[in-house]
Amino acid sequence: MLQIKNLHAKVGDNEILQGVNLELKAGEMHAIMGPNGSGKSTLAQVLAGRETYNVTGEVLYEGKDLLAMSPEERAVAGVFLAFQYPVEIPGVGNLYFMRTALNAIRKQRGLDELDAIDFLDLAKEKMKLVEMDQSFMSRSVNEGFSGGEKKRNEILQMAVLEPKLAILDETDSGLDIDALRVVAHGVNALRRKDRAMLVITHYQRLLDYIVPDRVHVIANGRIVRSGGKDLAVELEKYGYVGLEQHASARSIAVP
Amino acid sequence: MSDSASAFIQRLSRLVPQRNGLHPVWLKGLRRAAFQWVSERGFPTPKDEAWKYTSVGPILKVPFESASPEKIRRLSTWAIDQFAGDFGGERLVFVNGYFAPGLLSPKKLPKGVKVTSLASVLVEEAEVLEPLLSHPFREQPHAFTALNTALAEDGAFVQIPANTTIEEPIHLVFVSSAGGSPLVSHPRSLVLAGAGSRAVIVETHIGLAGNVYLTNAVTEVVLDEGAVVEHYKVQSESEAAFHIALLDVRQGRGSCFASHSVALGSSIARHEVKVRLQAEGAEVTLDGLYMPRREQHLDNPTTIEHAAPHCTSRELYKGVVDGRGRGVFDGRIVVHPGALKTDASQTNKNLLLSESAQVDTRPRLEILADDVKCAHGAAVGQLDEDAVFYLRSRGVPRQAARGMLTYAFVSEMLGRLRVETLRSRVEKMVASRLAESGVEVLA
Repeated sequence: MLQIKNLHAKVGDNEILQGVNLELKAGEMHAIMGPNGSGKSTLAQVLAGRETYNVTGEVLYEGKDLLAMSPEERAVAGVFLAFQYPVEIPGVGNLYFMRTALNAIRKQRGLDELDAIDFLDLAKEKMKLVEMDQSFMSRSVNEGFSGGEKKRNEILQMAVLEPKLAILDETDSGLDIDALRVVAHGVNALRRKDRAMLVITHYQRLLDYIVPDRVHVIANGRIVRSGGKDLAVELEKYGYVGLEQHASARSIAVP
Repeated sequence: MSDSASAFIQRLSRLVPQRNGLHPVWLKGLRRAAFQWVSERGFPTPKDEAWKYTSVGPILKVPFESASPEKIRRLSTWAIDQFAGDFGGERLVFVNGYFAPGLLSPKKLPKGVKVTSLASVLVEEAEVLEPLLSHPFREQPHAFTALNTALAEDGAFVQIPANTTIEEPIHLVFVSSAGGSPLVSHPRSLVLAGAGSRAVIVETHIGLAGNVYLTNAVTEVVLDEGAVVEHYKVQSESEAAFHIALLDVRQGRGSCFASHSVALGSSIARHEVKVRLQAEGAEVTLDGLYMPRREQHLDNPTTIEHAAPHCTSRELYKGVVDGRGRGVFDGRIVVHPGALKTDASQTNKNLLLSESAQVDTRPRLEILADDVKCAHGAAVGQLDEDAVFYLRSRGVPRQAARGMLTYAFVSEMLGRLRVETLRSRVEKMVASRLAESGVEVLA
C-alpha cells in the first residue's frame, strides 16, 4: 500500500529526513519510534502533504506518486493523519466540518453526499467508539477541547472518514491512562484487513495497548533499526541512546 | 481651499435658494449658516485627525449636481423587494433622497406612531424640529454634515410615542438613480423614540452598479428614558459611488441602543457613528462588518461619549479586506469627568485576504474620570495556515477551506443580526461577495 524510498525533507538548510525507506502493506500496523527531533513528526506531515518542506525521494501510495498529490487529493484517496496538535477552528462547527470532509471523500468515491440528518446518525454510532457525547458535535472544531478530547476527536474523524492509510502522530502524548485506553480501543477497533496504519510514538506505553506488526526506530532522519514488536521492549529497556550503542556494537560484531 | 473644492461648493450653491420656499425662517437661517461654514472652512484633509486615513479628493473631482425630486426615475415595488429586501414591516423608499409615495409599503402601526417623510413634517410642525435638525451641525461639524444641513430637504421621520412597541422593523430604503449626470443626495432622517418605546429601524442604501453618485446622509436617533432601539444599516451602494454618512445618537436614562453596520458597497465610504450616553444607566452596542475589495476604501469612525455614570458600551467591528481594498476603523471612546462606573469595551479584528490589502485600526481612549472599566483590543492578520492545512488534510479543497475559515470569521457578526429575514439576506450577500473573491463558501 505504501512504499517510501529514500525520502528526504528539508526546511531551509536543515535536512530533517535523510533518506527514509519503509514499506507498509494493507492490513499491517507499523510503529515508528524515536526521540524528540528524530524526524518522526516530519515524516507524518510530509506524508499528509504539508507544503512547508522541500521534499525529494519517492513515495508510492497504491502505486501512485503520493508526493505529486495535494493534501486534499491525498485525503480523498484515503490517506488520513491524526494530528499531534489538532488545530482549533473557532466558528466552524465540528459536525459541519466532519460532514464536509466526509462528503468530499464520498464524492470522490462516487457515493451520494450525506445530509445533516443522515450524517448525525452515522456520527452518533462512531462517537460511542471514542466515548464522546453529542455536545462535542455542536461545538467549534477543537475549540476549548482538553488535550484528551482533541485526540479523541481525531480518532472520531478517522472512524467517520474510514481511510485506507491512517497515520497517527503521537496520538498517545498528553493522555492520562483512561484517555489512552479509550484512544487505543478506538484504534484497535478500526484495524482492518484492507487498512494500513502507521503509529508514531515517543513512548512504548501505547504499544501495551496497540500491538504493531513491525517496529521501526528513527534517529537523525533515518530508520536505524526495524524489527518485530519485541524491538519496542528492547527500546524500553535500553532507551534510545542505549539502543543506538547496542545497535552499533552489534553491527561491529557482525562482520 | 483647493480649486476642486471651490468648484464643488460653487455647483451646489446654485441650489440653496430654491430650497427655501415653504420653510420657516429658522431653517433658512440654519441653512445659510451651514453653507457659509463649508464655504469658509472647506473640506477635511488628512491633517484633520478624524479624516487621517480617508481622502475626499476623489469625491471633489466629480462634477456633481444636486438631486431634485423631478429627476426621480420610475421604480417598482418588486424591484425594491429584490434589491433591498422585505423585512415584514412598513417600508419607505427614497429616490435620490426624496420620498417616493408610490413605493410605500404601509403596515398597520400602533396608535400615535408616525412614520413619514421629513419634508411633510417640515411644513406641518417645523418648530419642534429646530433643536434636532441643527444639532449635528452645531456639535463638531465637518463639511459633509454642514452640506447635509444646508441642502437636505427630505428623508425619514419616525416618531414613537411613550411605551409603544413596533414589532416589525421599519425599513428605510435609499435608492440612488443617477441617470445621466452624477448626482449628490442629502437624505436627512430623524428617529424619536419616546420613553419606554421599542423599535427596529433598518436603513438600506443601494444604487445601480457602475453608477457614480454621492450619498451624503445624516440620521439622528434620540432615545428617551428606557427606550430600546436597534438600528441596522446595510450599505451596498454602487462600487463606483461615494457614501458619507453620520448616525448621531443621543441616549436618555436607562435606554438601550444597538447599531449594526454592514459596509459592502461604494468606492469610498465613511459611515460614522456617534453616540452620546447622556444619562445614567444607558447602554449601547456598536457592531460593524466591512469588506472592502478591489480598490474600495471603507472607513468606520465611531465615537462613544460616556457623559453620565453607570453607562455601558460594547463595540465589535470586523473587517475582511481583499484585493487592493483598504479598511479603516477609528474607534474613539471618551469618558467625561464624573462618568463614574463607566464600563466600556472595544474590539476590532481584521482579516487580510490578499498581499495588497490594507487596514488601519486606531483605538482612541480618552478617560477623564476615575473608577471606570475600559478595555480595547485590535488585531490584523491573515488566515491561519495551520487551520487551512488541517481542513485540506481532511479532504476539503484549498479554496473551500479558505472559505470556511473566512466565513467563520464573519459569521460571528452575522449571528448578531437579530432580524432573521435581514440576517439571511446579509448572509447571502456576504457569501456571494466571498465567492467573487475566489473564496468558496459551502452551503
